[in-house]
Amino acid sequence: MADRFVSRGFVGRRDRAASGDTGRVPPGQYLTRDFPVLSAGPTPRVDLATWQFTIEGLVRESVSWSWDEIRALGPRDFTVDISCVTKWTKLDTRWTGVSVDTLLEAVELDPAARFVVAHSYGGYTTNLPLADVLNGQAFVAWAYDGEPLAPAHGGPARLVVPHLYLWKSAKWVRGLRLLSDDDPGFWESLGYHNHGDPWREERYSGD
Amino acid sequence: MVEPLRWQIGTVIAIRRQTDRVSSFVITLPDWRPHRPGQHYDVRLTAQDGYQAQRSYSIASATDRAGEVELGIERIPDGEVSPYFHDVLVEGDQVEVRGPIGGYFVWEPGMGGPLLLVGGGSGVVPLMSMLRARHAAGDGTPAVLLYSSRTIGDVIYREELERLAATPAGPSVLHTLTREQPPGWDGYARRVDADMLREAAARIGGLDAGPLAYLCGPTLLVESAAAALTDLGMLPARLRTERFGPSS
Repeated sequence: MADRFVSRGFVGRRDRAASGDTGRVPPGQYLTRDFPVLSAGPTPRVDLATWQFTIEGLVRESVSWSWDEIRALGPRDFTVDISCVTKWTKLDTRWTGVSVDTLLEAVELDPAARFVVAHSYGGYTTNLPLADVLNGQAFVAWAYDGEPLAPAHGGPARLVVPHLYLWKSAKWVRGLRLLSDDDPGFWESLGYHNHGDPWREERYSGD
Repeated sequence: MVEPLRWQIGTVIAIRRQTDRVSSFVITLPDWRPHRPGQHYDVRLTAQDGYQAQRSYSIASATDRAGEVELGIERIPDGEVSPYFHDVLVEGDQVEVRGPIGGYFVWEPGMGGPLLLVGGGSGVVPLMSMLRARHAAGDGTPAVLLYSSRTIGDVIYREELERLAATPAGPSVLHTLTREQPPGWDGYARRVDADMLREAAARIGGLDAGPLAYLCGPTLLVESAAAALTDLGMLPARLRTERFGPSS
């Protein structure tokens, strides 16, 4: 059985145990202090003068914020652990942004809304159950570690949904669309798991 | 429902040292599935007490050898999985893997081109799979590989690339050595830049021919090359990237 397999001579680095944070590193992940960059295409250039974040779809009236407007919504600091499906986990990352709850307060949701698709500058999309972005679980961030979010890491602003693998935390995000039915995004259509919970190792379709 | 990608136990049948830091590991698999060039496998190591570590490694092979897959793995000195492959694993050992994985950074014969491949360091591994597949299929898509290494000794697949380049309709292969060049070196000797990318593209009809570009390597190289190609007018949708963080 695969479960009984032992790799001859393998001991491992065991940084999970060494860090004293055994309970914070999901299965199959290793700790990194770096912040690796992974994206499928070139980093889009986004002009702050025309930047917008929009909530649309199954809402009574869609709402958009300019760059200045969104940052005036009462920014908060978030310290969270993040996990990438490429196996690294980074603890205690510090972000500044606004909770998706705060953004959703500005719209009246259609009761049929069950899913959201995050859209990004550059065309990237990712889908999430609405329930996964509520109650403090998701935010739009524009600063990392006290500095403006670098373009390669998703700046000017990215979605951060720390309880799911990082591909759900759409870089260069420009809005959320509320839907009644699920609509798989970019990686979700290319063999990656539809939900992406690192604690359940939902890496690939069928996991 | 999608069929899950199951873990399976493969057997290492060949280890080929490519450079001081990179080796090829040929693994036979009981449940082999044909991959698409550019895809990767996940590897999982399990210690006696159940401790596990996972990493992803790119496939170097074409898909013409049923039942086996070749992974290209760079030894990361302070890594956890790659040193095991390099220092512990011997031919005949078993290793747990699952794959193939990844559906965007792929090119296979029939997908068209022209093909502009830009690789840095071990980022050349998935590009090698594409070139091998192109050759195995007798595919005539114009192709160029611009390959950045630190020194001549760090160039992976050097002789095979020369052989491929010498075949009829073989790819153009351009090297740049960023740290140290051997006497008489007539390739590039600097980091990949816009001029170099334009000259590489000229081998396949220029950027006006609308090439399909695949960039793989360290973040710095991929970010700057992707930005330069975008500046030169390439459509972002024609440009696919795989940045690594070394898979330690």
